[in-house]
This record gives sequence, structure tokens and C-alpha cells, in this order.
Amino acid sequence: MTSEAAVLDALRRVRDPELDEPITDLGFVTAVEVGEEAVRVRLRLPTYFCAPNFAYLMVADARDAVEAVPGAGRADIVLEDHHASDQINTGVAGRRGFAGTFPGEATGELDGLRLVFRRKAFVARQERLARSLLDGGLTMEQLADLRVGELPGTAEALAYLERRAELGIDAGPDAFLLVDPAGARVPAERVAASLRFAQTVRVSIEGNASFCRGMLATRYDLPTVVGDQ
Amino acid sequence: MYEKDGEKYFVVDGHIHLWDASPANQKNEYGAGFISCFYDYHRNLSPAEYVWPKEKYEKYTEQDLMTDLFDQGYVDVGIFQPTYLTDFYVNGFNTTEQDAVLKEKHPDKFVLNGSWDPRDEQKGMEAFEALADRYNLKGVKLYTAEWRGDSRGWKLTDDWAMRYLQKSEELGVKNIHVHKGPTIWPLNRDAFDLADIDPAATAFPNLNFIVEHVGLPRLEDMCWIGTQEPNVYGGLAVAMPFIYSRPKYFGRIVGELLYWLGEDRLLFASDYALWHPKWLVEMFADFTIPGDIADELPQLTPDIKRKILGLNAATLYDLPVPDDVRVAAPSGTGPELEEKPAVPAP
Repeated sequence: MTSEAAVLDALRRVRDPELDEPITDLGFVTAVEVGEEAVRVRLRLPTYFCAPNFAYLMVADARDAVEAVPGAGRADIVLEDHHASDQINTGVAGRRGFAGTFPGEATGELDGLRLVFRRKAFVARQERLARSLLDGGLTMEQLADLRVGELPGTAEALAYLERRAELGIDAGPDAFLLVDPAGARVPAERVAASLRFAQTVRVSIEGNASFCRGMLATRYDLPTVVGDQ
Repeated sequence: MYEKDGEKYFVVDGHIHLWDASPANQKNEYGAGFISCFYDYHRNLSPAEYVWPKEKYEKYTEQDLMTDLFDQGYVDVGIFQPTYLTDFYVNGFNTTEQDAVLKEKHPDKFVLNGSWDPRDEQKGMEAFEALADRYNLKGVKLYTAEWRGDSRGWKLTDDWAMRYLQKSEELGVKNIHVHKGPTIWPLNRDAFDLADIDPAATAFPNLNFIVEHVGLPRLEDMCWIGTQEPNVYGGLAVAMPFIYSRPKYFGRIVGELLYWLGEDRLLFASDYALWHPKWLVEMFADFTIPGDIADELPQLTPDIKRKILGLNAATLYDLPVPDDVRVAAPSGTGPELEEKPAVPAP
């Protein structure tokens, strides 16, 4: 047997791929029940019609994360109140993969989808970090030449480097900070324009996360705060 | 017409419905789930005094719509955007024929849009021709996430969709409103992705593609495609209500859209009965981009608001506009008037 705390700790590393935040922070985890042979986790989402592919990824990732906890045994992940709950729960439990879970409706697994959203999350995090460095007094020219080893050890920088490593981009101290999602350095003359579009990506992801939180609160009568500071 | 602080606004509500989602019309659990989801949108983003009881929200009357839009909501013209959902609702959620009843009673107050679905192939093409002819359609609303039997949706680049676009152009149905949803075929792709709009807009430069909900939740795709394709517009349904509960986010969305698409390519909409146009119009006329982000984004001047609230839609649909609400000169937002950086989408 394991502990509820250990399971929750593992679930903190499962992210909503679209919102780039842990499912635990988003309020998607409603229960963790640790048993002799299995751990049961209950999940919920902001709407009945949340996209089934992202829902599937969170259920499958939760299963993998919980089963990796020593002593956890089997992981039963139960997505509730979703139009494809039964299909997803059965498919993940039976390890059918996404295409096997939705026969005839899917042409493959979700690796491509996940990569698209990891790239978007990376672009947004890089922009947020660049913005805070500019706010801290760096010039655009200095930013263009900045290397990973010169980053401050802030939580923001560490989260960024984690996303960067996930994409397989060199995160060694001599690597240049500003790179595109494929890992190529952003040329100095393109830095401002590149950050301008990255800002749009960040606004989009942050706005979606805020909206999803609001919808979840409305759906389940949770306390919520009006405003978006 | 809305007047505030000496400014006059001609109001075209670019996206309205008269739906029946009552239990009697629900075909299955999906029909119940769909309207519950809408109701949560409504409750989450409306000021408390505008929240309806669920029962009224499921089915409201013609008189409710007339009062809310035209007596209280300052709307001059409303554009019906049908959403059929015949796999979820016995008589459909909101069909062209249902909207036509009100259009016939009040011809000057409504624009009646139709719809088509490429999965209906040749038979649907003939039905669309008849519909366009019967109602003199100038626009269609397309919902790419609509379920049909085992299918979870379609793309604008599908072979039959391109044929329907060709037919739309031939028939003078020049305004193509596209609504993305949470599902698509194949299900392993991002259903909200706007990528199919890009080649469709390139292939049909004489059609206008109005992306409903300004592409949310893919604002970045919307902005990116908007800079490439001059015939792509953003419909502000679903974005508008953030003006109340999340004004800073609303300011950022509109700011980004003004920067990348410009003031001539955004259309106000309430998505009635998702939200009531009265508070949306009032708050929009009063809105300024909040202080600490105001220096990064274009400010919403009365002229820009006039365009968004009605003049842009009036141009797309050739609607007569009173002389005293016109705009003299462009305000200089958008890609036609500023050089935009060539930035690859991530």
C-alpha cells in the first residue's frame, strides 16, 4: 500500500495539456482512495463536452503517474460527468490506446496533439520569462544574447527549463535562451517580433485556464472570485 | 441604436438564436448535456440580474427574443445563426426554418442565415440550393463539430466542403460563419484548430470567413490566420461576456485582435440567449483597456466601437446604416495599415 499523499504528489505532475497546469491545481481531482491492491482516483472536468482527446490524455497520464508510485498497485482512474466517460474509463483501464478506445473515430494516438500543445506551452513560458527579464532591466539586445546559464534560479525559470527539456531542446548553460519550439536560436533581429506573437499564445493559454476554472466553479458550485488580476 | 456620452452606435448583433432545448425536444443525454453546458456558460459569465431559470433557458419565446434584443438590448438588426444538432434534438436545436418564422414577421430586424453540412453530399447540396433560393440567403453558419451518426465532425478542406463553398459563392451566399467545437474527425486531432480556414479562405477570396467566438480557445491561431488572409473576420460571440467578469482578459483579447486583424474585421455578437445584449452593449460602449495594459495595446475609440458594434457587419450584409453613425477615417489598427512581423506559428 501507498499513501494518499504520495498519490497526490504523483498527480501533481499530471498536467492539462491544453492549459499547461497540474490537474490538482485546476481542481480536476476530487478523490483519492488508497486500497490494498489498487488506488482509485476520481476526476472531473469543467464541462460535459470538454474535448475527448485532452480528457483521455489526462486519464491515461493519471494512470501512468499513479502506477509509478511504489506500492500503489493498480490505478483505477474514473472520469465522471463527461460525455465520453464510459468509453475513456474503459479504454484506459483496458490499455486500448486512443485509437482502440474510439474505434472508427480516430486515426492514431495522441502524440502529435501532445507535441503541439507542449510547443505552445513552451512558447508561452519563454515569453513570460523574457518579459520578466525585460521588466528587470535587461535590454532586447542583451536578451537576444542571453544564455541558459545566466538565468536566475527563480521558479519561473525552472518551470521554463522543465518544458524546454521535455521538448528535447538543449538546456545546458551555454545554450542560448531564446529558441523556437524546434530548438533553433531566434536571430537578434527577429526577437521582438517573435516575442510579440508569443505574447498572443500566452494570453490565449492564460485566458483559457482562467475560463476553465470559472466553468468548473459554476458547474460544481465551488467558491469563485469575480475578476482577473 | 444606442447612444451614450454623445456617441451613437448602430448595433448589429452578429450571432443570435431562437432555440428549443426543452426536455420534450431532447433526443438523448447529449441533448441534455449540451444545454446544461450552455447554461453554465450563461451563469458563469452573466451579471446575476441577467441569469435566467434553467427552464426558461431551455426554451424561451419569440416575445422574449423580441423584447430582449429590440426593446431592451439596443439591437437594430440581429443575424440568425442556425445550429441544427439533429442528433441531439428531435426537431433540431435551432433550424433555419424555425428562425424564418420571425424573419417573415419582422423582415427589417433580422438577417436569416442558413447552413450546410458536407456529409450530406449531393442531396444536401440540392437542399441548400433550395434553402438559399427560398430565403435569399447571404450567409451560412457551419458547425464543424456537429455529430452525425458515428461521425464527430468535419473540416472545411474536405472534398465535399470545398464543393459546398463553391456552390455558396455561385449562389451569392458570401458570408461563411465557422464555429469550431470540441470534436472533429479524426478525433486524435485538435478540434479547435483553425488550420482548415486558411486554405479555404485562400481558395475562395470572394467569400468572407467569419470565425465565430474569434477562434476561442485558439486565439493565437485566429490572430495568425487573420494576418495572412484578408477575408477572415472574427465574430466576438463568447468573447464579449468576459467584459464583465474578466475585463482585463477581455481587453487583452480585443487588444490582440485589433493588433493582428484590425478594427474592420471584428463583429459584435451576444450569442443570444447565451447572453443578453443589453449589458454587453452598455459595457462595451463604456469600455477602456484597463490601465496597466493600456500602453501595450490599441485603445478602443468610439469609432472603433462603432465599427465593431454594427458597421462591419452592416458592410458584410449590405445593411442600410443611418448617416449619423458613420465613421469618417480609419483609426489605423490591423495588418493592412501597419507592417506586421513575419513570425512562424509555434
